[in-house]
This record gives sequence, structure tokens and C-alpha cells, in this order.
Amino acid sequence: MSLEVDIRKDFKGFRLHVQFHSDGQPLGILGASGSGKSMTLKCIAGILTPDSGHVVLNGRVLFDSKRKINLKPQKRNIGYLFQSYALFPNMTVEQNIACSLQGSRQEKGPKIRELIRRYKLTDLEKRYPAQLSGGQQQRVALARILAYEPEALLLDEPFSALDAYLKEALQVEMRNLLQHYPGHAVMVTHNRDEVYKLSNHLLVLDEGKKVSFGSTKSVFSRPDHLITARLTGCKNFSRAKQTGENEVEALDWQTTLRVEGPIPPRLTHIGVRAHYFYPSEQNAPNAIRFLPLEKVESPFEWNVLFRNADAAEDGGTIWWKYAKELENASSPKYLAVQPRDVLLLENT
Amino acid sequence: MDLSAVWISLKTASVSIVFTFLLGILAAWAVVSLHREKLKMVLDAILTLPLVLPPTVAGFFLLYIFGVKRPVGEFFLDVLGVKIVFSWGATVLAAVVISFPLMYRSARGAFEQVDADLVSAARTIGMNEWRIFRKVILPMALPGVAAGGILAFARGLGEFGATIMIAGNIAGQTRTLPLAIYSAVAGGNMESAYEYVLILVGISFLVVAGMNWFTAKERKYLGRGGRK
Repeated sequence: MSLEVDIRKDFKGFRLHVQFHSDGQPLGILGASGSGKSMTLKCIAGILTPDSGHVVLNGRVLFDSKRKINLKPQKRNIGYLFQSYALFPNMTVEQNIACSLQGSRQEKGPKIRELIRRYKLTDLEKRYPAQLSGGQQQRVALARILAYEPEALLLDEPFSALDAYLKEALQVEMRNLLQHYPGHAVMVTHNRDEVYKLSNHLLVLDEGKKVSFGSTKSVFSRPDHLITARLTGCKNFSRAKQTGENEVEALDWQTTLRVEGPIPPRLTHIGVRAHYFYPSEQNAPNAIRFLPLEKVESPFEWNVLFRNADAAEDGGTIWWKYAKELENASSPKYLAVQPRDVLLLENT
Repeated sequence: MDLSAVWISLKTASVSIVFTFLLGILAAWAVVSLHREKLKMVLDAILTLPLVLPPTVAGFFLLYIFGVKRPVGEFFLDVLGVKIVFSWGATVLAAVVISFPLMYRSARGAFEQVDADLVSAARTIGMNEWRIFRKVILPMALPGVAAGGILAFARGLGEFGATIMIAGNIAGQTRTLPLAIYSAVAGGNMESAYEYVLILVGISFLVVAGMNWFTAKERKYLGRGGRK
């Protein structure tokens, strides 16, 4: 099983150039809005036509600009779950599902009933999409797509149309579905939680270009790029330069930090996640003298904005987050960060 | 009052709306499906022309094309044995040509309003283009298409300038209601004119009311009724 994608497409002021290879495990594409992630999916499905490159699914060439191959979406056998689900508003649940089945009414009947049961849509067969909840609409859309037995399943921001409560439950359902789905699954999102829960591999896009690629866990734990660190939730960055084998100078924070090497030669920034600071003594490694500036309460944690008390007035500010149970730790003298928690980043 | 004008008008408007409706929808779909922007613009300009031309000018062109001494007109007369000019058929031809752009433009606008994701979704689940048109695009665009139909019918019913150019004003043959009103007024017969006007207003009102009722009925799926 393989999905090979190498596509280029030029727009006014924007150039998409994405290249990746998937072996069948759920792949996530993470990027800010306008990074070209939906466009990439649309090019794979044949909804948009790239200017050049190729798309090969399980050895079948779907698009190849050199060989002038460009299969219609109808011939690609790729399922696409739209952000809005794209259910036909003028058709009932069962009519929507019937659209992706071939054959006579008699042949479709049992298949539709089976899909209705499997996607927990019993008693909703005669409803129109406008009469369904967001979660039910998503299930109808998935039933309609999977009835077609696609070799690949593309999910475009699958949870953005749902409220938070429904989202959690549906992510569990989607996770189970993806684990058992026999084809390729590619999901694009700007939400780091979704992509962490649902994908095994992760591609990070910025302005139409790949900035990171790897297993989801490793991209989250050791992001190599400023953009990747930001998209995976890191809030604190400082320009940095290497000063020793395992030592960098954080220019904005005006302090020297021990890090766990090797330090990449093109290092431009370091990052520290707000959770990774902890109250410490002066002699702890990477201790920064704590000067609180602001304190913001969120439901389960405190967010404290501080800066290095030994730095000049213009020293960069840093966020520290800690759980509310640790209330007594609210005003330490020093905050430190483990060398392994300092992210070594480049910015190209 | 000569009731033949009412009968001719109804016949002309009813027959012409069938042609206008089908041709307008097909032309709109064809233009919307085009990918070449320049060709699209040129075609659109040609198809809209009868709307912006004064009807007498459109009628003049029709006369120019279908006149018995012109190649097309000659072909119809000699080969098919049909004389178009100054016949009842000419009233239909004039109504179709003049009302066509209204139908075409309304349908085109309605098709372009249909959510592109719906069409893409239909393609990715393997529906062919004709099926997508029938099952998704046309039902979704129905209110706009129906509105276009109303406009086109009303325009066909009121057609005067092109009709008088190519069909003439022959009582009992090509004299539609608008022509009958003109003739009545020109002949100083205001009584008849009032009656014709009243009938024309009545028919127009009924058509609009009927179309509105039909559209509301077809769009019931958008209501959220039945949700628990």
C-alpha cells in the first residue's frame, strides 16, 4: 500500500509544492489557514488540477503531468469528507447514501440498511440533512463516502463544524474508524489535539511548503522548525545562537541555556513549552530569575507572563503554565527548564 | 372584444416557455461547465444580446434570417414546406428569442450559486456529470430557475416589438394580446383595450402566484420541521 504525492501549483502570490509518501497509516497534515492543506487534499482527489507533479495511489497513476494523465474524480476512488460534509440538502439520509452505490434499487436496499445500522443512523433514514445534528451529519457523510469503498479517505478539517462537547466523542469514533479502515487516511487540520489523537505520521505545511515530516509523536516531542513548534503548541521562542557543544545563548531572554545536542548547524531559535518551566533554586541548570508581569486564569491552570529579572528592560517575555493544584508554587524565585526540554529550531 | 387574441397569446406564451425553459437551462449549464474564460465571455455576450437589443432590432434580425428570400427562410419554405414569417409560428419564435436571455441568465446565476463542494462531493462518490446535474445542481438551483421561468413567461406574454416585425398583426392569426391592445387603442376602441389589459394583468398575476406556490412546495426539505 502506498500513496505518493508530489504536486506543484501556482496561484497569484502563492505557490504550493507538497511532496510526501504514505504507507497506509493515518497521516495528518497540520498547517495554519492558508497554508495549502485543503488545496493539497483537493489536488489528490482531482477536484483541483496541479500544474505539475504526480499522484500515485497503490501503483495506480491518478495524475502525472509529464505523461499527461489526469483521472477524473469519478475514476480516482478517493473519498473526501468536506469540512461542511457536503450532504445533498434536497435528499434524505438514505437517498444521500444511495448516491454512492451502483445498481438497481433492489440491490442497493440491503447495502443501505447495513450502512444505516453500522453508522448508527437507524430511524433517521427519512430525515433531511437540515434535520440532523452535526454529529449525525458527519456520520451520514462518512457512510456515503465509505459506501463507495474508496482506497483512500481524505478528511478536510473534519471536526471544525462541531461544538466542543460533540467533538471529543466523535474524535473517539473517528479514531476507531481510522484504525480499522483498510485504505489510506489523510487528515488536514489546524488543530494540534486532533492531529495528535488521530494520526500516526505528520506533515507540517507552511505557505504551501513542507516544513516537517515524521511520526506524529516525534514531531510533537522534537519539532525541528519554528513553525512546527508553534503549530504544535509551543508559546515561547527566543532567537538563539550556539555558544558551546551543548550550550546556546537565548538572545531575547538574555540568558545562556544548556541543551541536549546535537545542535543543528542552522539553529536560529530555541523554544520552550509553557508547561516545561518549574520552580527551582538558583543553582539548578537553566534557572532564570523570575519577574512576574501578568497572571491570567484559565479553567484548570494559571498562565503567568514573566521575564528574566537579570535581563535588560527589553528582555523578551515568557509564558509559564501550571496546574491550579500547585497554587502554593505561585511566586518562585527562579524558574528552570530541563536541557532536554529546550527545543532547537531553525527558521527558513 | 375578439377572444382570439387571448387564445393566441396563451398558446404562444405556453409553447414558447417550453422552448425557452429547456434551451435556457441547457445553455446555462453548458456555459457554467466551460473552463475557458474567454469563450465563456463571448458566448455569454451572444446569448444575452436579445435582452439588450431593442425588440424591433431583434425582430429585424429575425426577419433578415427567416425572410422567405433569405437562405434560412428559403430552406424552411422549400425543404420543410414551412413559412415562418407572418405565421403563428413566428409569434413563438419572437417570444422565445426575446425571453430566452432572461431564462438563461437566471438559470446561470442559480447554477453558479450551488455550493461547489456539493458538486465536488458528488464527483468523488462516482456520480457522472449528467446525474449530478439532474440530482444535485437542478434541484438546488430550482428557486432561481423557477424565477427565471416566471420572468421569461411574463416577457413572452408581453412581447410586442419583435412579434410585430416578424409575425405582423394579423387578426385571428398573429394578433396576440399586446398587439390587440395596440390595435384597439389605435382604432379608438378603448372599451376593448380595457378588457384586454384586464385579462393580461389577470393571467400575469396567476402565473406568478402559481410559480411561488410551486417553489415553496419544492423547498420543503430546507425547513427544520420534524426535528426532535
